[in-house]
Amino acid sequence: MDFTLKIWRQKDAQSQGQFKTYQLTGIGADNSFMEMLDELNEHLIKNNEDPVHFDHDCREGICGTCSLYINGRPHGPQKAITTCQLHMRSFKDKDTITIEPWRAQTFPVIRDLVVDRSAFDRIIQSGGYISVNTGGVPDANETPITTSKANNAMDAASCIGCGACVAVCKNASAMLFVAAKISHLAQLPQGKVEAESRAESMVAQMDKEGFGLCTNTGACSVECPKEISLTHIARLNRQYYKAKQASDYIPDKEEIHEG
Amino acid sequence: MSWLTEALKSSLGRKLVMSFTGLFLILFLVGHMLGNTLLFFDDGGQAFNEYARFMTSTPIIQALSLVTYASIIIHAVYSIVITRINRRARPIQYALNKASASSPWYSRNMGILGTIVLIFLVVHFRSFWYEMRFGQLPVVNYDGSGEFKDLYSIVAESFKQWWYVLLYVVAMIGLAFHLSHGFKSAFQTLGLTHKKYTPLIEGVGLWFSIVVPTIFALIPVVMFIKSLG
Amino acid sequence: MSMKFDSKTPGGPLEDKWSKHIFDIKLVNPANKRKFDIIVVGTGLAGASAAATLAELGYNIKAFCFQDSPRRAHSIAAQGGINAAKNYQNDGDSVYRLFYDTIKGGDYRSREANVYRLAEVSENIIDQCVAQGVPFAREYGGLLANRSFGGAQVSRTFYARGQTGQQLLLGAYSALSRQVANGKVQMFPRTEMLDLVVVDGHARGIIARNLITGKIVSYSAHAVVLATGGYGNVFYLSTNAMASNTTAIWRAHKKGALFANPCFTQIHPTCIPVSGDHQSKLTLMSESLRNDGRVWVPKTKGDNRIPADIPEDERDYFLERRYPSFGNLVPRDVASRNAKLVCDEGRGVGATGLAVYLDFEDAIKRIGRDTIESKYGNLFDMYKQITGENPYEKPMRIYPAVHYTMGGLWVDYNLMTSIPGCYALGEANFSDHGANRLGASALMQGLADGYFVIPYAIGDYLATRSYDMVPTDHPEFLKAEHSKNT
Repeated sequence: MDFTLKIWRQKDAQSQGQFKTYQLTGIGADNSFMEMLDELNEHLIKNNEDPVHFDHDCREGICGTCSLYINGRPHGPQKAITTCQLHMRSFKDKDTITIEPWRAQTFPVIRDLVVDRSAFDRIIQSGGYISVNTGGVPDANETPITTSKANNAMDAASCIGCGACVAVCKNASAMLFVAAKISHLAQLPQGKVEAESRAESMVAQMDKEGFGLCTNTGACSVECPKEISLTHIARLNRQYYKAKQASDYIPDKEEIHEG
Repeated sequence: MSWLTEALKSSLGRKLVMSFTGLFLILFLVGHMLGNTLLFFDDGGQAFNEYARFMTSTPIIQALSLVTYASIIIHAVYSIVITRINRRARPIQYALNKASASSPWYSRNMGILGTIVLIFLVVHFRSFWYEMRFGQLPVVNYDGSGEFKDLYSIVAESFKQWWYVLLYVVAMIGLAFHLSHGFKSAFQTLGLTHKKYTPLIEGVGLWFSIVVPTIFALIPVVMFIKSLG
Repeated sequence: MSMKFDSKTPGGPLEDKWSKHIFDIKLVNPANKRKFDIIVVGTGLAGASAAATLAELGYNIKAFCFQDSPRRAHSIAAQGGINAAKNYQNDGDSVYRLFYDTIKGGDYRSREANVYRLAEVSENIIDQCVAQGVPFAREYGGLLANRSFGGAQVSRTFYARGQTGQQLLLGAYSALSRQVANGKVQMFPRTEMLDLVVVDGHARGIIARNLITGKIVSYSAHAVVLATGGYGNVFYLSTNAMASNTTAIWRAHKKGALFANPCFTQIHPTCIPVSGDHQSKLTLMSESLRNDGRVWVPKTKGDNRIPADIPEDERDYFLERRYPSFGNLVPRDVASRNAKLVCDEGRGVGATGLAVYLDFEDAIKRIGRDTIESKYGNLFDMYKQITGENPYEKPMRIYPAVHYTMGGLWVDYNLMTSIPGCYALGEANFSDHGANRLGASALMQGLADGYFVIPYAIGDYLATRSYDMVPTDHPEFLKAEHSKNT
């Protein structure tokens, strides 16, 4: 298969970027999208050009490292997969493929197609955990959890933190990502203890980072490689309102985060 | 109350305000629409004029009016604030973006649809609300009920102009799409979703956003046609 | 070079060794722990759990990963599950049985004391993960569910759909994130370790490259913990992540950390076969598929018919034929060896002839497509995505692939390598899996080492050390930095 690739090239965060067009011939239909880019880079390296930088690691659709806005959609045209699971048979021979980095003020471009998603880490650090130290915990079967709660929690917990939700959202909102973590932990008895402070502090951090506001278009859920549902956002909303009117936290009187 | 102001300044707090004001305006639409259907009566406007006086002279209604005005203003102002934040969140746009693959166009253009409705509201308020309150309306006298401001006559007069009718129809189409996202979105923002009742909310929302604007739009259309014949 | 190998395995009966050792080893006073800095390289199950737990105890941690976030370490790709000797199923499991199965599965080549300890702490791991909010699968009564795995005749594997590694890693990542927020862990993402720095015979730091700026920087500490995974990517194609490049343990080895059992590489039987020249890696299908799938090839060489056209009596269900009591659930090495054998005989299937069928037709008939879908849906989708074939209608094609390395840096009972102060955890060490690792035991070992072994074991060493830091302009640091810059 032959392709024309329009790829965003940008030297670093400070530089202006622009599209560059590359012709690639003789690509196998069984190649993954990443393998297609590997081939492009082999050519570029042979011609003493700077290879295209893109994030990738496990290439199995689970680590969440790969990104790419492909032909106007995050992770490309197929549903419920990551870019590394996309294969060239999903395209037509002689197609032009436009490849851009995730675009969000909170995901600054590091180089070419690589963006900085550390805002997600900081959101998790603000409260996306259950505060237990190692050891001294009760037996695993001490607290029964219904299968439906466990399943719902697992649905939310399957988030891979790739950032496609932010990338596709017209507002670059991180609500689906934040909701996935809040909803995962809020549905488990172990997570309920800190549910209020968690919702408050994670939303505060999300706002501080500069993500946009959710306007419920639902695009995030449609493009999410793990198909995380909007119901988790509704749960986050409930958790947050409940926390705001019932939690002990009062601004300027107490730290949200006690660790 | 700094916890409250802080909460309302957060992204979710702002959304909550949009949701509450939106839902109140939805309730308002129901009342307003029911009143307006009086215009369909062939009674020379008596029922409508009686209704208009009731609406402007009953204390509880006047209080609700104030809430309505406040809702419109807050809903509009917050939408501007939210839009500005959201614009800042993506300073560089995609060169190629197939947004239609993942969301309906009207859900992404609530601001534009809302602006259409807002422009309509300005015209609408100037034509009728202002005239009713502060204008010099002719007075009619119905048997035994005293004098009434004849709002009906200027409504009927306005709806004889095709461009005015067209403005109404366009605005109501805008409202229909605004509601078709806004109705269910308000519930989602409130966190009121459950597999048991969300389909009902979505169904009611869809019907509401078709039926209510259609009835609103029919009024000028019907009166325009009547004025022709 | 001759070296005295002292595994420091405590004496006494097997079942008392660990508790006796915990009592015997030296402790660092809680107030003094903050005077020690520890470098943890790698943030997979072993690294993240170690960094979080050591930070909870009070040590200052510098944690490094080459990924953009610690949550992306390759532990995340483990699908099937994690073993623990909970005996929740009342089917005769015990610490001793898990120990015995692991030793036997490893062909009696692992260190008994380490493996027994592993089996002992396996129970704590499940408790810990549940407390962290890991959404393990549950029965209708609300208690934890188990499934069986190759190489075991009891049901002791805990799982979270086909994403157990992901959920356990996110648990460890959340504990790590909490310590980052507390200021006890300084996180260095997109930073790759290039060398180990040894001063006066002790590991005292690392040289690392910032993968964004390219800058090479020295980091000093009182001990270095390597939790950098295995060396599977020394093979051209493996199931490892692309950037899991073995540098860290190789550099440590070049600095004197001895390597043990490098030949012990696990070839996983159920991978998606190679399809083309530009393939960058292989993708594993969870071994749990062998619970319901039947492995076969045509009886005759060069039989090119499509699978549906090959009648039952012309199929060779070679695992069921050769190992009637285990059937398709034979240990990994046996399944892999036999698949290779039939392909070498010319009976392999697919375009390359390097594949065997894994057929779900009978299972679908027996328990229905819906049940199969609920059990393996995501795996089937993944297979379809990669191969373009629908495994509900056509049998899967699978072939063995390099998956895990049992060998690694030699460590003593305290997980210390032959360089004092340098530790190796998880897949990076050699001690627990012998010549062959049982399914669902890698996650167990990574977390055992990180949560429950190193936090005690490292104290035994640090208690003997001074608080003084080696400055990063020490000649050893400069020498190592210089060698990387040229």
